[in-house]
Amino acid sequence: MKITTPLTDEVIENLRSGDQVYITGKIYTARDAAHKRLVELLKNNQPLPFDIKGQIIYYVGPTPAKPGQVIGSAGPTTSSRMDPYTPVLLEAGLKGMIGKGERRDYVKEAIVKHKAIYFAAIGGAGALIARTIRSVKTIAYEDLGAETIRELEVVDFPAFVVNDIYGNDLMLDNISKYRMEDKNE
Amino acid sequence: MRYIERDLVVEAVERLCIEANYYIEDDVLNALKRSRKLETSPIGQKVLDQIIENDFIARNDSVPMCQDTGMVVVFLEIGNLIHIDYDIYDAINEGVRNGYLHGYLRKSVVKHPLDRVNTGDNTPAVIHTKIVMGNSLTITLAPKGAGSENMSLVKMLTPADGYEGVKKLVLDTIFDAKGKPCPPIIVGIGIGGTFEKCALLAKEALMRPIDDVSEDPIARKLEEELLEEINKLGIGPLGFGGTQTALAVKVNVYPCHIASLPVAVNTQCHAARHKKIVL
Ligand code: SF4
Repeated sequence: MKITTPLTDEVIENLRSGDQVYITGKIYTARDAAHKRLVELLKNNQPLPFDIKGQIIYYVGPTPAKPGQVIGSAGPTTSSRMDPYTPVLLEAGLKGMIGKGERRDYVKEAIVKHKAIYFAAIGGAGALIARTIRSVKTIAYEDLGAETIRELEVVDFPAFVVNDIYGNDLMLDNISKYRMEDKNE
Repeated sequence: MRYIERDLVVEAVERLCIEANYYIEDDVLNALKRSRKLETSPIGQKVLDQIIENDFIARNDSVPMCQDTGMVVVFLEIGNLIHIDYDIYDAINEGVRNGYLHGYLRKSVVKHPLDRVNTGDNTPAVIHTKIVMGNSLTITLAPKGAGSENMSLVKMLTPADGYEGVKKLVLDTIFDAKGKPCPPIIVGIGIGGTFEKCALLAKEALMRPIDDVSEDPIARKLEEELLEEINKLGIGPLGFGGTQTALAVKVNVYPCHIASLPVAVNTQCHAARHKKIVL
């Protein structure tokens, strides 16, 4: 399924855990240190460096771009490190996140509550994903190096829906489906 | 005595850093293709297709297959008949520095584990040395990403835990990790020695070619049984559910004390990067 950003409620309502999506539009990069700063701004009622409403944050720390490239390899990093900051951002209007690995229960609950989506991209597919990134613009926190907040213009960025607004969870549901219980457990 | 020039070492390490990150080894790629054939979960098949496509793009475009270009682990086998009159560790770190700069690789090393300031050049490497017979210097270099390294552990089991205890520890470790180490994974297991030796055994196990089987009959049985049982856990490619959680299990063993049973589990993601050169 092809979707575009910013995400609307209609699109979000249509997405189900397990769907493969191709995302086109602007998405924003942020990892640990940038999250910390965003949450601090929100706590102090200060404006964020970009309008977060309806947007998607991608957890990524790319390799340096080679000459002629817009960005280096750019696969997802582990999402759970961003868990403590995520509910506050969802409350502020964030609608999507792209990373790898599972989220904690309180994040899954916040996803349902605020009608958002958690996508997983293919961990370790940095070269493939980089090809879908057409331009890169620095938004804030250049001092953070690989963790700088950047606006990426993407075309058909490949991802899978993990947590949807109906409380489904691709990893939990599908792992138990393929699990062959026998002597182990 | 054979003299090995410092420049030769620096250049070899630079090249290995770049090539390991850009060009996946055929044994790993073939194992990925094999697991694509065996995977029954439709989503797992899609994930494996993308991983394989990614590895081809990285090879063709000469770019890193994964953005986590790792901390560099180096195994040196130093022949007793070679002569070096310089600091070999320094030479290796110079090679790493050059490789990460010239190869446009990500610098992912912090100077101090607690104040966490980036060293800026991906040095230092973690270097293990062994003295062997002969007149050559063998360098095996493996950039190791954090996603899979973080899911590893060392546990001091008791001799009574035995074979089944080792299996349970490995299966629990892999199940808890789920998608975090970017499966399909390769599992390196070290059994025996002491606390630090078993960790090293596990890492060395990961340097073995993927189709290599242990010569030790018990280790070999463990490799076979664990691979089958890990793939029954249901985790699948990237933890999206499926039958292909591990590409291989490698077990290295060493004698140990009558009262101990040290076990280390070192997880390696599908971006299994290591390259070797003999100077
Ligand atoms: S675990 Fe491996 S494949 Fe996954 S992001 Fe880390 S280095 Fe890359």
